[in-house]
Amino acid sequence: MSTTPRPTDSDAGTLAVDAAFVTERLRGFIADGVRKVGFERVVVALSGGVDSSVVTALAVLSLGAGNVVAVFMPYRSSDPQSRVDALAVCDSLGISARVIDITPQVDAYFVRFPDADRTRRGNKMARERMSILYDLSMAERALVLGTSNKTELLLGYGTLFGDMASALNPIGDLYKTQLYAVARHLDLPQSVLSKPPSADLWAGQTDEDELGMRYAVVDQVLHLLVDERRSRAEVIALGFDATDVDRIVSRVQGSQYKRRPPVIAKLSNRTIDREFRYPRDWGR
Amino acid sequence: MVLERSRTGVSADAPVPEDAATPAGAPEALADPAGSVTIALAQFYPRLGDRAANLAAHLTIIADAGAAGAGLVVFPELSLTGYFLKDQVPEVALTLDSPEVDALRESSRAGGIDIVAGLILESDRHLFHNAAVYISGGEVLHVHRKVYLPTYGLFDEHRYVAAGDHFRAFDAPLGRRTEHRWRAGILICEDLWHPSAATLLARQGADLIICPSASPGRGLLQGETVGTASSYDVMTRTYAQLFTTYVVYCNRSGFEDGVGFWGGSRVVDPVGSVVAEVRGAQESVLFHTLERSAVRRARVAYPLLRDERNDVNDAETDRLRRRHARG
Repeated sequence: MSTTPRPTDSDAGTLAVDAAFVTERLRGFIADGVRKVGFERVVVALSGGVDSSVVTALAVLSLGAGNVVAVFMPYRSSDPQSRVDALAVCDSLGISARVIDITPQVDAYFVRFPDADRTRRGNKMARERMSILYDLSMAERALVLGTSNKTELLLGYGTLFGDMASALNPIGDLYKTQLYAVARHLDLPQSVLSKPPSADLWAGQTDEDELGMRYAVVDQVLHLLVDERRSRAEVIALGFDATDVDRIVSRVQGSQYKRRPPVIAKLSNRTIDREFRYPRDWGR
Repeated sequence: MVLERSRTGVSADAPVPEDAATPAGAPEALADPAGSVTIALAQFYPRLGDRAANLAAHLTIIADAGAAGAGLVVFPELSLTGYFLKDQVPEVALTLDSPEVDALRESSRAGGIDIVAGLILESDRHLFHNAAVYISGGEVLHVHRKVYLPTYGLFDEHRYVAAGDHFRAFDAPLGRRTEHRWRAGILICEDLWHPSAATLLARQGADLIICPSASPGRGLLQGETVGTASSYDVMTRTYAQLFTTYVVYCNRSGFEDGVGFWGGSRVVDPVGSVVAEVRGAQESVLFHTLERSAVRRARVAYPLLRDERNDVNDAETDRLRRRHARG
């Protein structure tokens, strides 16, 4: 008898999480990770979406409202609703958002490359936001928190050295559908919970349109492949569409480089990360 | 990504094949009463995790080496899969019934050439071993499962694979191109670093120690050769000299995640002289003719195997085992 759920829109079953437990765990993770390296504060890019809203709420729970710098960084094509939602999240958490419009610096760059496509422009926006976060990290003595979830990390649906850059990522082991359970537990504003997930690079963009698949399906397939180590054939035999499964497998493999540090040419007897192995918490 | 590969099939050191006109598929077995037989070392660049591409490359090299008159072709460690597999181990694992192994068996039969190839071998109990198979005349004659799995330095093998538990010598037909009985044994890479392993093969009559290897180059900043190459130079020559056996060391080419394998495949004769060698890490197939008379001459000049005091070794080992048992 199989207990594996068939594809549904529900996030029940194997993807279910105990949101209260996860929240408590992540609260401890942030406090430990930040204070261990001599910081008290964090800086988060808050977009008004569910991922960054969850991270911001977890940070406030963990460190207190006074220690969380939330930065909202719109581009001129960002959906106006994003600002409304980001500010609503800040209101509910008792913090104020920094608003830094990235339009001038992005547009100044693309004056040189007027024909650049949407992917280049989206990557540039993500990297401009990264450069601002790391500047504020220095200015505010605040560690950068990451907001990439497990689904997008596995699919490579993110910009290398852009939105994927951070010092600590509290949500990188939670699938998108699992994040919603945590978001509901954290009592985030309803508008954040109910809108379709989007990278908000242009009007009307949604993740599910871009991926061509629903998160509910993607997450179950990823869970079977990655967490349960089922083979491609086994996942298809469970009733998932073969084309979807192949696309997911191919995306996960093709984006492996994004999840690894740059490749170092081995020359010596003690190469960094090969034989020179210390924990990141070395000496902390 | 397309990798630039130079595979000439026959390196500069190759003998001129005397029976090049022999059609592949029906080679004549060249029975040689003097016991000489040509072998080929395939210093090869496996693509990581791509069994189909690696098998295809194997079949080409096997056919070419057979047509060139070799009775044995040796591939490096994990030649069908690549080395730093990590979590891919169960995904690329084979059994002796797998189609890939069938294809190798068929190519050995068709080419009249024996094969040593490396693979992840899955047991009935789903243990995964780093293994090398010796295939001859369409049959798997011998399987060696790597006993010593390094976990120091850059190595992490025992996290991913299970350890073998024996070293056995076996009769190697060498493509039936010689009438002489050659005994062979296989040591995979790290196995070579433990002299008890080579000693056990010598006690079982090995004339030929075959070492498939996937040795990463390191210590490159200390001279014009890699530090690891110096270690293997010492080991291969020392074992050949002390056990009066041929040592055939076949290392691989290429890079995986920034780690370069240093090649340097070689044949060392039974008095410890390097008689054939690939200078460098480039892909190439090295041919050398093993001479039975060289084994004989070495054992006349250095009757070390005759004089070996196995009785003393056994008695001392028993004493140590008893003491160990007492605690």
